[in-house]
Amino acid sequence: MTPRGDTASFLNALRDPKRAKRLLGAIKELTAEPVAIMEVCGGHTRTIVRYGLEQLLPKEISFLHGPGCPVCVTPRERVDMAVALAQKRGLVLATLGDMLRVPGSSGSLLQARASGCDIRVVYSPLDVLALAKQNPKKTVVFFAIGFETTAPTTAALLERCLMEGIQNVKVLVNHVLVAPAIEALLKEDGSRIDAFIAPGHVCTITGTAPFEPLASSYQKPFVVSGFEPWDILLGLHNLLGMIANKETGVKIAYTRAVLPQGNPKALSFIERFFDVRESFRWRGLGNIPKSALRLKHEFSAFDAEKAYAGVFSSDSKPDPEACLCGEVLKGNAKPSECGLFGQACTPQDPVGACMVSSEGACGIYFRYKGRVPA
Amino acid sequence: MCLAIPSKIVELRGPGLAVADTLGTTRLVSLDLLEEPPSVGDYVIIHVGYAIQRLDPKDALETMDLFLDLLGTDDDA
Ligand code: SF4
Repeated sequence: MTPRGDTASFLNALRDPKRAKRLLGAIKELTAEPVAIMEVCGGHTRTIVRYGLEQLLPKEISFLHGPGCPVCVTPRERVDMAVALAQKRGLVLATLGDMLRVPGSSGSLLQARASGCDIRVVYSPLDVLALAKQNPKKTVVFFAIGFETTAPTTAALLERCLMEGIQNVKVLVNHVLVAPAIEALLKEDGSRIDAFIAPGHVCTITGTAPFEPLASSYQKPFVVSGFEPWDILLGLHNLLGMIANKETGVKIAYTRAVLPQGNPKALSFIERFFDVRESFRWRGLGNIPKSALRLKHEFSAFDAEKAYAGVFSSDSKPDPEACLCGEVLKGNAKPSECGLFGQACTPQDPVGACMVSSEGACGIYFRYKGRVPA
Repeated sequence: MCLAIPSKIVELRGPGLAVADTLGTTRLVSLDLLEEPPSVGDYVIIHVGYAIQRLDPKDALETMDLFLDLLGTDDDA
């Protein structure tokens, strides 16, 4: 027998159809009324679609795919800013791979790179540090996107720069906060969301605190779940139990990776380097108050937004009208409802950001489309 | 962006760096965001090259099977 501590056997257990079946049985017993559950995170959407979970569950349970895809929610004008920076001489723009294909007003970063801009794909902010050391005469600008999970990694990069006296790194900060976006969805007229599967790794950092006020103000149950099929089913089981008991609040089903208080060290990194913007525009969701981070004034030396304020133009084009990304990100439409899906819009040649990312609903449906109900 | 698969620390490389093994693929990861530095053999969750939490797969597996026992549905043969 494989040793129990081994990663592979652990993953097999989390994907084991037999165990899943037993949990599915318990879920069926708890299902009564129709219930619409939003899984906030794109990682959850991927598991649900990839393993065809919706088809295995009672028809009363439906999933609304949420806005938890950082690439998808980064609006066009921020991509335009990155493209404008990349066109500067003596500058290296570093970005995570998925951002490369996101369409901007005048093309994507991929197109900018093809036209000769120095754009490097990095896997981690750690690579940015290495790039800066290898290119001491150039400024390396990191196009930083992502939620609370990623913000501390950007902060840790800057901390290393300070410690090692590296002065040729700047960051274009686009970090966003999940809870204000969830609140924006709950405030929409006719919101259909009954309960939430809360994002696992965001909560690894933040703990349950950002979601507690939402649960109590809007009287909704939240369960923090992991990313394997077992985790989603366990989260669902907890949620249905809460619904049956008319409970609200935030529970953690992903106990192996999430503590109620989160990761205090990572939170202290966020606190030290960032403060909250008055407002930030999300793709599809529009302006949301207090929903994003920016560098604190004392760290302006790292702030690409300040250093290059002159190169950004303010005439970004709106997203193409036929693209339903906005409605997809709010859980109001499934990708297959978009007329362009799989035809004019594919991962190779995306019209909207939701098709680009491996965490975007359109990209996920495209990749696993055989498993999506018509 | 999220790498949900537990990765095993196989080598510590100061300062604040380690080599982690994710299902046979190894890479350099930062330990800057961990409250306490892990030891070789510990499992962590990695997000864009940073270990963000330690976890214990063995413990998690036991919790899972305990939960199934409590559910009291059919035993897996
Ligand atoms: S399929 Fe493409 S065009 Fe349609 S909503 Fe998705 S990203 Fe937008």
